[in-house]
Amino acid sequence: MKVRLHHPRRVLEIPGRQRVSRILADLGLDPEAFLVIRGDALLTSDSEVGDEDEIEIRPVISGGWADGAPCAA
Amino acid sequence: MRCLKCRGVAAVEVRRHRAAYCAPHFLEFFEAQVHRALTTQRMLRPEERILVAVSGGKDSLALWEVLLRRGDDTTGLHINLGIGDYSRESRARTEEFARARGARLFVADLREEYGMDIGTLAEASGRSPCSACGLSKRYLFNKMARDGGFTAVATGHNLDDEAAVLLGNLLHWNMDQLARQAPVLEQTHPHLVRRVKPLYRTSERESAAYAILRGIDYVIEECPHSRGARSLLHKGVLNSLEAASAGTKQAFYWGFLDRLAPVIRAGGPPALHPCRQCDQPTTEEVCAFCRMTARAAARLNARTPSLP
Repeated sequence: MKVRLHHPRRVLEIPGRQRVSRILADLGLDPEAFLVIRGDALLTSDSEVGDEDEIEIRPVISGGWADGAPCAA
Repeated sequence: MRCLKCRGVAAVEVRRHRAAYCAPHFLEFFEAQVHRALTTQRMLRPEERILVAVSGGKDSLALWEVLLRRGDDTTGLHINLGIGDYSRESRARTEEFARARGARLFVADLREEYGMDIGTLAEASGRSPCSACGLSKRYLFNKMARDGGFTAVATGHNLDDEAAVLLGNLLHWNMDQLARQAPVLEQTHPHLVRRVKPLYRTSERESAAYAILRGIDYVIEECPHSRGARSLLHKGVLNSLEAASAGTKQAFYWGFLDRLAPVIRAGGPPALHPCRQCDQPTTEEVCAFCRMTARAAARLNARTPSLP
């Protein structure tokens, strides 16, 4: 499968059919901090990703803060 | 994994609720959470004119989308901070969002208004970029809301933002900031416009999922100044706790609001009066924004005497 990642942007090739939870664990990614997208669909942790699939692992954590308040808005 | 509502294939797991939803039911869940925040906290009044602070990121655009769908009277405010490609992308996504929905949008440009972008302002004033950015945004949100006759400013701060800020404030016992941390910052002075945070009940994972499922093209790239920010460390710690025990972040922040915040706020809000220079509300004689820009301008003038 082809896996697109951000920060920095890159593409990985991972062999075989795997569960989303296993892919995230193998990449050392916190499931709370990422969403996994296949086409227009979001995948839950128990979804299977096939060898021919292409997925995007998108980070969801953002922002800095200072003086007791987030700068993000 | 199956949708809690319809038993169809789930798209989003919400572990803190021990639930998962298909795409349509997740959208319904998210919008219901925002609606609940608005009503239980009495965030909006009838005929409210809302200025929505929109950065071009997932949270602020998701918030604006929900408010537009509810039929609230909203206008977007985007502040161009002058952070290179990041600011250009952010502005483009925000303008495209507004154009596609026929929504009103104001764009304020920090460099045009004050002669400095965030990088210059931070460096010349001796503040960190996040500090200069936060202060500038809070100042401009209030100023533009007041000048435009808006009665509330809505920001996209989510449960993760609020929980991370709470952790940071507790670790350093920032009592003034703790007293001000709330989903609604009431109008305690005629020059202060009420600020509301309708996403305080939802996580940033949920607002990202909402934005993706609604087809919102938001900026995924991060502000280059936020790399290494302490907030990200605190969010990481809280996410580790959340992974071990779902619902921890929600219990932490909501528990603070229910139990500690009323005690800390018992003394009442600080006395505000108009800034001697700009008329915006402040606890000092001259507000922090005016002091920051004056300090930065003085340093820049000392280096380059021809600057205004």
